[in-house]
Amino acid sequence: MAASAAVRSAVSLTQRFVRVSPDCSICPLYRLNACTGATDGFTAPSRRLRTSIGVWQSGDSSSPEEEERVVNVVYIDRCGQRIPVQARAGENALHLAHKHGVDLEGACEASLACSTLCHVYVSSEHYEKLPEPEEREDDMLDMAPMLQENSRLGCQIVLTPELDGMELTLPKVTRNFYVDGHVPKPH
Amino acid sequence: MVFLEALMLIFSSVSVGYKQTHHFQCFTKSQITHCLFISLHHFQARQDAAVDVYERLPVPFGLVRFGVAPDHPEVKNVINTFTQTAQHERCSFHGNVNVGKDVTIDELRQAYHAVVLSYGAEGNRSMGISGEDLPGVFSAKDFVGWYNGLPSNKELRPDLSCETAVILGQGNVALDVARILLAPVEMLKETDITQNALEALAGSKVRRVLIVGRRGPLQIACTIKELREMVNLPNTRADMLPADFEGIAEALKDLPRPRKRLTELMMKAAKEGGDDKAEKCWGFRFFRSPVEVIAGADGKRATGIRLALNKLEGSGESARAEVTGQLEDVDCGLIISSIGYKSIPIDPAVPFDPRRAIVPNEMGRVQDTAGLYCSGWVKRGPTGVIATTMNDSFDTARVLIQDMEAGKLDLSVNKPGAQAITALLQTRGVRTVLFSHWEKINAEEEKRGKFLGKPREKLLDVDEMLKIAWS
Repeated sequence: MAASAAVRSAVSLTQRFVRVSPDCSICPLYRLNACTGATDGFTAPSRRLRTSIGVWQSGDSSSPEEEERVVNVVYIDRCGQRIPVQARAGENALHLAHKHGVDLEGACEASLACSTLCHVYVSSEHYEKLPEPEEREDDMLDMAPMLQENSRLGCQIVLTPELDGMELTLPKVTRNFYVDGHVPKPH
Repeated sequence: MVFLEALMLIFSSVSVGYKQTHHFQCFTKSQITHCLFISLHHFQARQDAAVDVYERLPVPFGLVRFGVAPDHPEVKNVINTFTQTAQHERCSFHGNVNVGKDVTIDELRQAYHAVVLSYGAEGNRSMGISGEDLPGVFSAKDFVGWYNGLPSNKELRPDLSCETAVILGQGNVALDVARILLAPVEMLKETDITQNALEALAGSKVRRVLIVGRRGPLQIACTIKELREMVNLPNTRADMLPADFEGIAEALKDLPRPRKRLTELMMKAAKEGGDDKAEKCWGFRFFRSPVEVIAGADGKRATGIRLALNKLEGSGESARAEVTGQLEDVDCGLIISSIGYKSIPIDPAVPFDPRRAIVPNEMGRVQDTAGLYCSGWVKRGPTGVIATTMNDSFDTARVLIQDMEAGKLDLSVNKPGAQAITALLQTRGVRTVLFSHWEKINAEEEKRGKFLGKPREKLLDVDEMLKIAWS
């Protein structure tokens, strides 16, 4: 529900306490035994959601070719700064952002109830290559401020080789007094 | 190093109504969430800041505990994260303190460098119609408080023996109430809904829920997620009036995406209805305002509601409902008004704007009162999306830090903080509940819940909570 945005931010803020890599012991999913052990993505606990992560990983083999499927992604943060990162195919865009200190929030238990936190704009030529969003992702996107045609939720973007060169732009937050120009201090 | 008792947050456990029925979007919000967002921000920014949180009930978490619907447990997972914040060495929780009664704002301001009010909106707007006080009529705030175990609503005992329930208001709270009224008991019995509510709902005869709004389908305040849950509710069908949707199809193409998707889903539900064999039904009724609650022959309880039919002037979010003079009576035995919340003044020393029902402020700095801040609904009114409210807590924290750094708060003076307040409360016979005490209450609730196959069975009685807390 809309409410879950609170969850989203909470976990992301906790992750910030812990800095970059997720600490399983503090994750609600882990504590509720709902964690699937996937460190490259998030799968939903009780809501019977299949994220594209789950689909990808089930087909993932550990062949040498897979190891070399580097996907270059550029995050463009709220100040316009470009942060190029190298990812592996199968990684999740939100997790990747956290790994590289990109200020993309996400209290992501992948319940798809938060829309504003991991909301990103996808470069248009790559947007077309993403699988269609699930209905529930669309429902959440509806609540994102500054929604655009190329908006997606970062927690639902799984990197594939054809997304090489994708740029993910973080929307400026606008629903507060500091409309533009204000840089939220890193948590 | 000067140890600063930099911040104190007050929040009273707002019953329910974490979602507002304002125009475009709905959200969940809890005071504790709010306070803890502020705290988190502070702990990161200032190594010398300490935060004390005061709460009226013995239990923390406010709306996350009392507002979020029982069948939305993933939302409550945030409690784990906030628990960690509350356990931070520079944060302490003090429950069972009624600010304004047990201790005044002035006393708190003397003990702390800064005080932040984030006590939300615990009052509700009344319909202002005759018969509103009859048995059978409830505010959504109280109804949700009843099924969520808010101590002050434990004796509500709503009579669920009627066939039709009418809900006034069409925000997410209204939809939550409708969903809980019609959800199969199998769905509810493994949630943390209170046992007495569960039993009452198991014996409920309510089969039809009408969700009534003053304006039209394009002005509805709920969000698509909640609407989808209604549409997908087992053993129910949708029952709407085609007349309410006249002209809507044509307007679709010009709507922004969120409104468009929501309206499309509504129209689909209105058109398809659902399984005719479904025992229960629900539906929106548009362009209707309540004018009177109709009492039965003995005058002792509600047996119906009289609605005035409206027409719409203008369009979009700012469309207004105008009376037509036509009336319509609906038979029903349960009436729930879900038309918005209202903050109440906490202390005569704090400025309050009764018209807007907020504490007058400039960016969270309370008017004419140095060192006093406000945040959340009590600052902005019970409106805004979750992003707004969450960012609001960050804004308040930022403003506070700015003031600290700009010397607007006199940090050169040591402040005694909780030590002084706890001592003062003791002289008044008030003992506080610390977070470790809450953890005992928590353990007891989980234990009782396990016995019933639920995540917890909430304690409903404050005295019982205190007994366990201090045992």
